[in-house]
Amino acid sequence: MLKKALINKYIEILGKENVFHEEADRQTYSYDSAVLPPVVPALVIRPTSSESLQQAIVLCAENQLSITVRGSGTNLSGGTIPVSPKSIVLLTNGLNKILEINDQDLYARAQPGVITAQFATQAAQKGLFYPPDPGSQAVSTLGGNVAENAGGLRGLKYGVTKDYVMGLGFFTPSGELIKTGSRTVKCVTGYNLTGLFVGSEGTLGIINEITLKLIPPPASSQALLATFSSLEKASETVAGIIAQKIVPCTLEFLDNFTIRCVEDYRQAGLPVDAQALLLIEVDGHPDQVRDEAETVVALCKKMGALDVKLATSQKERDKIWQARRDALPALARLKPTTILEDATVPRSRLPQMIAAIERIGQQYNLIIGTFGHAGDGNLHPTILTDSRDTGEMQRVEKAIDEIFKQALSLGGTLSGEHGIGLAKRKFLQAETNRATIKLSKSIKAALDPALLLNPGKIFE
Amino acid sequence: MNDLQKLTTLLQRLEGQLAQCMKCGMCQAVCPLYAHTGREADVARGKLALIHNLANELLQDPLEVKKRLDRCLLCGSCAANCPSGVKVLEIFLLARTVISGYLGLSPLKKVIFRGMLVNPKLLDHVLSIGAKTQKIFSKQANPFFSTSCARINLPGLQKRHFPPLASTPWHKTTKTINTSRKANPETNRQTNHIRKLSQPGQKPSCQTTGQQKPGLKIAYFPGCLVDKIFPHLGKASLRIFNHHKLGIFIPEEQICCGIPALAAGDLSAFKVLVKKNLELFVQKDFDFLITPCATCTATIKKFWPLFADKFSPADQKAIFFLADKTRDFSEFIVNELCPPSPANLPQDQVMLTYHDPCHLKKSLNIFREPRQLLALNPNYKLVEMDKADACCGLGGSFNLQHYDLSAQIGKEKVKNISKAKASVVATSCPACMLQLTDQLSQQNIKTNVRHVLEIYAQTLK
Repeated sequence: MLKKALINKYIEILGKENVFHEEADRQTYSYDSAVLPPVVPALVIRPTSSESLQQAIVLCAENQLSITVRGSGTNLSGGTIPVSPKSIVLLTNGLNKILEINDQDLYARAQPGVITAQFATQAAQKGLFYPPDPGSQAVSTLGGNVAENAGGLRGLKYGVTKDYVMGLGFFTPSGELIKTGSRTVKCVTGYNLTGLFVGSEGTLGIINEITLKLIPPPASSQALLATFSSLEKASETVAGIIAQKIVPCTLEFLDNFTIRCVEDYRQAGLPVDAQALLLIEVDGHPDQVRDEAETVVALCKKMGALDVKLATSQKERDKIWQARRDALPALARLKPTTILEDATVPRSRLPQMIAAIERIGQQYNLIIGTFGHAGDGNLHPTILTDSRDTGEMQRVEKAIDEIFKQALSLGGTLSGEHGIGLAKRKFLQAETNRATIKLSKSIKAALDPALLLNPGKIFE
Repeated sequence: MNDLQKLTTLLQRLEGQLAQCMKCGMCQAVCPLYAHTGREADVARGKLALIHNLANELLQDPLEVKKRLDRCLLCGSCAANCPSGVKVLEIFLLARTVISGYLGLSPLKKVIFRGMLVNPKLLDHVLSIGAKTQKIFSKQANPFFSTSCARINLPGLQKRHFPPLASTPWHKTTKTINTSRKANPETNRQTNHIRKLSQPGQKPSCQTTGQQKPGLKIAYFPGCLVDKIFPHLGKASLRIFNHHKLGIFIPEEQICCGIPALAAGDLSAFKVLVKKNLELFVQKDFDFLITPCATCTATIKKFWPLFADKFSPADQKAIFFLADKTRDFSEFIVNELCPPSPANLPQDQVMLTYHDPCHLKKSLNIFREPRQLLALNPNYKLVEMDKADACCGLGGSFNLQHYDLSAQIGKEKVKNISKAKASVVATSCPACMLQLTDQLSQQNIKTNVRHVLEIYAQTLK
């Protein structure tokens, strides 16, 4: 808890209703969606304008208070867990305006606290498409998505958040406004600070404004559901689709355990004996969609799919995607604690990674369901456990270590979408090397010499 | 064991359910309060964390937790949207009773719940004084809505526009009714198309025969708001029951279902009210207990059983028995009476939109039947508003304790009603009707607020 005099200074800048100093309120900002120990911050502040944001940042720096920026607090690697009981949580949901949606120059400008799905809906109302669709989009914020380089189901064809950030305005700890990028398609003026910033998990600056690229929406789409008797056949099909130079906008996968859980939950008639389901969607011009769908169906059958269903109506399409959306809730209901991991490997190594996850589950006697983005190799092994069972949690930790080691040994990466945060710091050197970490830390020291911005995240 | 330890021990019983929360934060997407304030303590995830922390002595101030738990509409939007299936409403109600048990009730609440609510005759007496003198304190606000507002800025009334208290509560004008079951109701008619409209998996008795089962007898539970503010709905309900030649049982007293006491955490007043209701209804002969209030229905069907273990074994049986027999008005008419669809649609239909009460759709999954009931009146055409199931913002006592927040949420609802360009907004809950009337009246948006049963009653000769 901060001294009364200091709390009053924040209240002067932000207004009484935007400063939470009572214990009960501060406790509700001690966690995010990661299964990690909570840390109660000293104060929670909620700026509602760029001016007050700047002033609040300067006040934090003057008092050497570290800052953890938080949108909706749905981060899965602990990036939004406060750094220490002496740190400040800075909420962005008071900066929640969409400033501009420009349908001539195909960009939008927004404040960091705008909810992603609401932004996408507003863009769609103007006939434009914002593709990145992380699973949390109904609640997560654009600022959080930028900080974590959030992904989503459309990643394979449309890319991820970094591919849509044209420019940023962010504050340094000393309250200086840094401008990066532009509103133009092409821009090479100074260092690519935008690229540096996206995915920096709140450690290099505090976002004030984001310029995002928008694209024309696809004219049509076709969803398919393919059933396989083995994971190998499913992965070979994925490879085969890409080999045909078809890039589906979505190419998702459910393993047998997940299929059975989803069927239990929804009773939609999923084939519970299938070893793998591929949920595919192709989009684009209607002729292209028709051709690609035909090719994909033929390919699936050639690769030995037990069955391929094409959605013939909006209702059927919704049913297919509902199965994917149900994966996490269906698994989560099995046990009190759900740990959603993010190990990513090159597409060609999917069968080995999936097999390794199964082996690890058996080795450590854990329940693990795996689903995810087969098209880009970003899997979500989901461990169902109970955080109150300390014995099991130790095995969980070991299993997660193993999963990461496996992913790295297959040429993969620790995090496709969820970030490093606190959860994966210890593996970073294994994936990169000492020199990379040293360089990164020197960049951090240059931008944040007093180490006030989310210290301890990403790097140990 | 000191009192605080008793508190934490009781709260720890909720741990199993609290542990289900995986902190995904999806409740933020649907909480009507969070949408306006952006405060984590206002949304389910934050409240569940506070209850957990209090139970584990990570937080030592039950009053601070209670203040935040009370910033909640108990609408159940969070629970309905929770991927993990956390029973949020149950946890909140149980926590409220535990914490209020520890902190005690304010003197005012004691008077209202333990003084008046559990003593229906005293309550009637006080309200009749209120009804007679209301013109002193209130004046006409909006003639289109027949609403009143306070003459001066009284705490508790503020800017509200409200329908006046009925001069006599409905149960007093109606008295006891106990008619016999009718052998052959005249309203038997083939209604093949109604079979398709019923919810999949549910087998209403008229589905197989297409006809109303002969000899049905129902009991009627008007609820406090119909009884004391909207007696015309009680009248219309009787008209409907008589039209369908139903046997009817209406007890001599109308006793509150208990939700205001339960929401305040007053377990003892709640238990008295439930027990009094059990005495009125159990051992009486009827097939269904019909209520026109979504909140009463949810309370009897979901919350009475939730607290059943606080009653004697005999009373527990009675609670489950009664809960099982209780039906929402639309659900009953559509599924058990199978009224025929209109033959012709007139040229000019009045535009009507429907608001889904939270307790009906989110707690009871009833949203098709009210629309089917509305479709039976050919003079109206149903147009759906945006977010028809968004909370109206009343939240019962929430409206009294947090009027400004309640009004903010209500304004959003009224925006969507206005956008739908309907002349009438129908709903299935008198509490929602109060809120919609208040906000529409204040903004002078001339959309009539009706209960679905009134719309149906209009079709009867």
